[in-house]
Amino acid sequence: MDWSVIINNLPFLMKGLWMSVKLATLVVIFAFPLACLIAVGRISTRRWVRYPSAIFVNAMRSNPLILIVFWFFFLVPLITGKPVGDFASVMIGFVVFFSAYFTEIIRSGIQSVGRNQIQAGLSTGLTYFQTMRMIILPQALRNMMPALITECVIVFQGTTIAYVVGLREFLNSTFLITEVTLRPAELYTFAAFVYFVVCFAGSSLARQLEKRQVRT
Amino acid sequence: MTLKYDFDWPMLLEDPYREWIIEGFINTVYLSLMAWGIALMIGIFIGTIRMTRSPMLRFIGTVYVEFFRNIPLLVQLFVWFFVFPLMLPHDWMMSWNRLPHVPFLTALLALSLFTAARVAEHIRSGISSIPKGQFDAATSSGLTQVQMYRYVIIPYAFRVMIPTIASEFLTIFKNSALTLTIGVSEITSAAKSIEAWSFHGIEAYSVASVTYMTTTATVVLFMGWLEHRLRIPGLIAKK
Repeated sequence: MDWSVIINNLPFLMKGLWMSVKLATLVVIFAFPLACLIAVGRISTRRWVRYPSAIFVNAMRSNPLILIVFWFFFLVPLITGKPVGDFASVMIGFVVFFSAYFTEIIRSGIQSVGRNQIQAGLSTGLTYFQTMRMIILPQALRNMMPALITECVIVFQGTTIAYVVGLREFLNSTFLITEVTLRPAELYTFAAFVYFVVCFAGSSLARQLEKRQVRT
Repeated sequence: MTLKYDFDWPMLLEDPYREWIIEGFINTVYLSLMAWGIALMIGIFIGTIRMTRSPMLRFIGTVYVEFFRNIPLLVQLFVWFFVFPLMLPHDWMMSWNRLPHVPFLTALLALSLFTAARVAEHIRSGISSIPKGQFDAATSSGLTQVQMYRYVIIPYAFRVMIPTIASEFLTIFKNSALTLTIGVSEITSAAKSIEAWSFHGIEAYSVASVTYMTTTATVVLFMGWLEHRLRIPGLIAKK
């Protein structure tokens, strides 16, 4: 084992890690509001809103992320008619895919608050959207915090899949260095270690929040 | 919007595309079923040792679960594919590399160990859902701890956990797509190759998507039926 290969290539690897973090953060920032909308559609009483949302969520959830990335990598340039860059194509695919998973978390969060809260809100004269925004969502958000953080960890793990289209995130950077230095043992061990540290921190945080919620 | 695209669905039935699709489908199903079986065995074992009284065994179980859950599956695949053979003694490495279908075996290893950690978590929450009286009853009728799990707890927990175990099959079925990165020719890689050869991406990826979606729908329907058949009277309210 010769760990100097990591020290020597650290700037390149860290650039890759930064790319992974950036991708994951942007995906969460865009997927979450989208998921809020779809979740409200999913529990709507109107069929023409509820069914399309349900079909979208189930279609996304029954396909592997890697296939969705391939789909969007092919479709986005075809639809826009011009190349939009790897990063944008991958990000759109990720946002669409993960918004389905966030939708299910938000939906169960909203449903955990209970129907009589909605009725109470409506009966005090608030509109449906005011009830959602001021009464239901703040409570729902607190209930679903652990699940949301776990999902963010999954998004971060999912960014590795951008490797298949050659986006230079952390795993792809590691791969490129192994091609040059021929030291896969050290490099992949290091990559696994870095992913473990980040994801373990995230999942421990989720677990702490969950414990606190059970107590109160 | 300038959507220019000539659809050519019949091309999927021509060779070599048809062969690739059939091969890909068989590999996906074969890999997922085998990995699922192995993952259930390891997962039940790890899940159970996490529930024992021995702190040592519990610690091993926790380390296993945290380790495999917090490293992305794709990274695990690469570690098994590129690093694992290097860690073996020289003779073993040679015989490992000489085995037929090394990518398939690596994929099987990585998928089963990864999913076992998820199964172990489901097992633990399944066992936690069992009323404490069952444990007391088993102990007081003179069963050892192993017997208690073997004859009372696991058969009971298994039925509670059918939905999650089924969903793990679907997870493995979807995760098997990642193995294209190490050269397993499963259905997503077949779709990718067809796209690369013919530039007919929509047709190619539809094949893979339809495969995953129909499988999901079938498993969900079948498991709904099975769950209904095997439900424990009194535990879950009758619909």
